[in-house]
Amino acid sequence: MKNKKYYVKNKNYGYLAKEGVRGVFLHGFMSFAAVCVTVACLIIMGSFSMIMLNLDHMVQELDQQNQVLVYVDDSLNEAEAHSIGSQINLIENVFDQEFVTKEQALESFVAEQNDPTMFAGLSADTLRHRFVVTLQSSEKMAETVEKLKALEGVADVNAHLEVAEGFGTVRNVLQFVSYAIIIILLVVSLFIIANTVKLALYDRKDEIGIMKMVGATNTFIRIPFIIEGSIIGLLSAAVAFFAEWGIYDLLTRKISELDTLRLFSAIPFSDVLGTMVLAFVGAGLFVGIFGSLMSIRKFLDV
Amino acid sequence: MIDLKDVTKVYPNGTHALNGLDLHIDDGEFVFLVGPSGSGKSTLLKLLTAELRATTGSVIVNDFDLCKIKKSVIPYMRRTVGVVFQDFRLIQNKSVYDNVAFAMRVIGASEADIRKRVPYVLEMVGLDSKGHRLPDELSGGEQQRVAIARALVNNPAIIIADEPTGNLDPARSLEIMMLLEKINALGTTLVVVTHERELVNRFTKRCVAISEGKIISDGMDGYYQYEE
Repeated sequence: MKNKKYYVKNKNYGYLAKEGVRGVFLHGFMSFAAVCVTVACLIIMGSFSMIMLNLDHMVQELDQQNQVLVYVDDSLNEAEAHSIGSQINLIENVFDQEFVTKEQALESFVAEQNDPTMFAGLSADTLRHRFVVTLQSSEKMAETVEKLKALEGVADVNAHLEVAEGFGTVRNVLQFVSYAIIIILLVVSLFIIANTVKLALYDRKDEIGIMKMVGATNTFIRIPFIIEGSIIGLLSAAVAFFAEWGIYDLLTRKISELDTLRLFSAIPFSDVLGTMVLAFVGAGLFVGIFGSLMSIRKFLDV
Repeated sequence: MIDLKDVTKVYPNGTHALNGLDLHIDDGEFVFLVGPSGSGKSTLLKLLTAELRATTGSVIVNDFDLCKIKKSVIPYMRRTVGVVFQDFRLIQNKSVYDNVAFAMRVIGASEADIRKRVPYVLEMVGLDSKGHRLPDELSGGEQQRVAIARALVNNPAIIIADEPTGNLDPARSLEIMMLLEKINALGTTLVVVTHERELVNRFTKRCVAISEGKIISDGMDGYYQYEE
């Protein structure tokens, strides 16, 4: 074919990389603006994620305190009743169980009353031997209760199913809201970055036009902008990550100083360090690269 | 080689820019393209550089069928055509050398080839001593020489010059036209759009006049046949 000599593949990778890095410094002010905007967006996203993680952690902790009471049939003596414990342990979702005799139950019931003397004559036989069963998760509480009820020697099971369902709903809502807000923030960041990059590109539209006229492929034109976007994204991710770490540590320290009753136990940042590094780098790269690609699209139509 | 057969171009707003235009330019020819504003010259140039597609007819440039060309092939077609503009379109923050080298870099040429070819082309246009200068340190004529060097550096089969002397004084215009004639003498096909009657008459070249999207004269005896 006569035109074969013109089908030269673009292989000037060194030049492309150099142009990408040069672009960051050549448009220093715009790069700085893009980094600032991305850092702000990433910190908002990161803070929101940390709030959500902590809320989820708190709900999880409360969830773990879910216990059900398994009452043993009156006809069984203490030894027979105690032996049901081994069967309870075999049921899926059971984390732990504790046997409470009717005497112990009466003692603790009387102790909880404002006026213990009122129940002084109460016989332990009015109560039943019981197990306090702690569940692994409240999500399968109804299922576990059915299994407990089916055990031979079990008279009744007392469980706060509506509370368990409530925890499930709260966790689901929290998860949905956090995903939705993170996606919205990501999209908003993307458009802000795209517009910032577009301003930088406006300066270079003649350069892109010339590149098109002399036969540069769209891929060749895009690569330096992708490199530039990646550098801006990574730099922003690094700045935002360390800022987030500092702010989070400072806030949790302040809260724990004020929270003398230990009502709130924050997740240490070090527990989520790896996940946060990945999330910041991923979000920074995503926003940097796609922001650049979105902006450059209209300039390529020559 | 350029071959247009029965080409029409109708814009979305209904304007008929070209009406059944036929034009054949052989390899190595030097052709002046003249015509009043709105005659269809710019549309014709945009068809030749694949910026626009013809509504009907056939447009062949260097064996590329521009009516059927895939978008992904257009860059490769453009490497066979150098374009020179009236306003030079140089990158102001790059030196003369880099402006010319840029055209080679974007098509993936090696640095070794660039180091060999760019000084040769700069010497050809008479700017070998000004490679390190920035465009705004040069005169208009010199800037147009840089633009010509950039169009020439990838050794295209055709150079299209859109009013290359429009921003220059008569003496510089003559120099540029002589440079284009020299390039043509080395085998490159030249298509020059111009309004400058005296320049056209000075060079005895083929002159194609367009009016209302049609060719109204095509001959070797110059611009004088065409009256605005």
